[in-house]
Amino acid sequence: MIIVGENINTSRKSIAEAVEKRDADFIVGTAQAQAEAGAHYIDVNAGTFLKEEGECLCWLVETIQQAVDLPLCLDSPDPGALTGAMKRHKGVPMINSISLEEERFRSLLPVVASQPCHVVALCMAQRSMPVTVGERVKAGAELIHKLTNEGIPLERIYVDPLVQPVSVDTRMGTAALGAIQGIMKEFPGVNTICGLSNVSFGLPRRRLINRHFLALCMASGLSAAILDPTDRELMATLLTVDMLLGRDEYCGDFIEAYQSDRLPGA
Amino acid sequence: MSELTSLNEAVIRGDIKNALAETQKALDAGVQVQDVLDRGLIAAMDDVGERFAKGKIFVPQMLRSAKTMQECVALIKPAFQEGNVTLKGKVLVGTVKGDLHDIGKNLVAMMMEGAGFIVIDLGVDVSPETFAEKAIEVKPDILGMSALLSTTMPAMPMTIEALKKAGVRDRMKVMIGGAPVTGKYAGEIQADAYAPDAGSAVSAAKKLMGIS
Repeated sequence: MIIVGENINTSRKSIAEAVEKRDADFIVGTAQAQAEAGAHYIDVNAGTFLKEEGECLCWLVETIQQAVDLPLCLDSPDPGALTGAMKRHKGVPMINSISLEEERFRSLLPVVASQPCHVVALCMAQRSMPVTVGERVKAGAELIHKLTNEGIPLERIYVDPLVQPVSVDTRMGTAALGAIQGIMKEFPGVNTICGLSNVSFGLPRRRLINRHFLALCMASGLSAAILDPTDRELMATLLTVDMLLGRDEYCGDFIEAYQSDRLPGA
Repeated sequence: MSELTSLNEAVIRGDIKNALAETQKALDAGVQVQDVLDRGLIAAMDDVGERFAKGKIFVPQMLRSAKTMQECVALIKPAFQEGNVTLKGKVLVGTVKGDLHDIGKNLVAMMMEGAGFIVIDLGVDVSPETFAEKAIEVKPDILGMSALLSTTMPAMPMTIEALKKAGVRDRMKVMIGGAPVTGKYAGEIQADAYAPDAGSAVSAAKKLMGIS
């Protein structure tokens, strides 16, 4: 399971303040904690800064990568902000994200085709939010075709099935899970990715919901997740489910985690 | 008055079957339609809004109660006649151009209806021109805009500009919301109000209208 650490997002007060003040130590500390907890990519999102988003994103990229040796997940719908950030990025970044919405697709396609990168492809159709599994798989398939036609290899595409809150419609959990299964089946070699927190919007005990959703996504074939790797209970779930799915030789990682006190509870 | 208490409770519980039965019972007993609406249904939704604001109930319960009220309103609608029933005001809502997110907007629309406003929902990806055209046509008291992407927020000041150009900006109040939107931003673009969720949107709307 590929882990994208989600904590550096300016919608979080402490991160917004650190970016505002250009507090490099705080940002590096947050990135390092995620790296040590097992993140493969560090997501960076400065969307709340609006006009200054591009500037902030560039500063985040430079600040983090001079201290942490990991690729970043550049999280922005703004092609200008992404282009600037990509120029400063060392190694192959992940771009979060492209979708079929007309304006967004048109402006982001040249950006993701311009240099080697991983691309998160969001199953949002042209004019509406998908409702069914079928609509999600259809949008995903169209995105995969369009991106591979531009020369982007299948393995660099991460399809996001678009997770919606179950509080609004209790079919949204299985809609996302079915979409993950459908995409993985139809396009062997492609990746799937999702964030965990949308599913629990509007309900209490969100972390409880999110970590169970992670388990279900993993069982459906999810290959990457955007989450908080410093959440011990969440990572314990990930490790446990990896083992249950037969991906942990001699249950070694699980037992090691237990022995280093990383498995809270019973 | 006690004859509407059972109706209140059914709406709060989200019990459509019993709510409809209680609505019919009230009408049969000669309760005025305005009363059924105000004290039977809107009062229940006010209670729901308050409980939600206090964290006692959550989005699914709010939705369930709103749907229950909608069913009861459908039942009493034939009795609505010009001037017979007054509602609090008219609200025009939509998600801005280039943005397809609608969950928050739909919740706001439902809670506004629950509070006794007439709501006209323009859907998603609504251009500034469409907002202005519809505002002229519909003459709302409040125009509500939702945006969930930082890149689509600029459509909000563009819409306000379109209203100014059409000469109708001062005929309505503008309220904005959505995850990246803030009260500060509302001030910067000269919107009249900002609300962070469906519950507070209703309170803000009532405040704008000078009602409680």
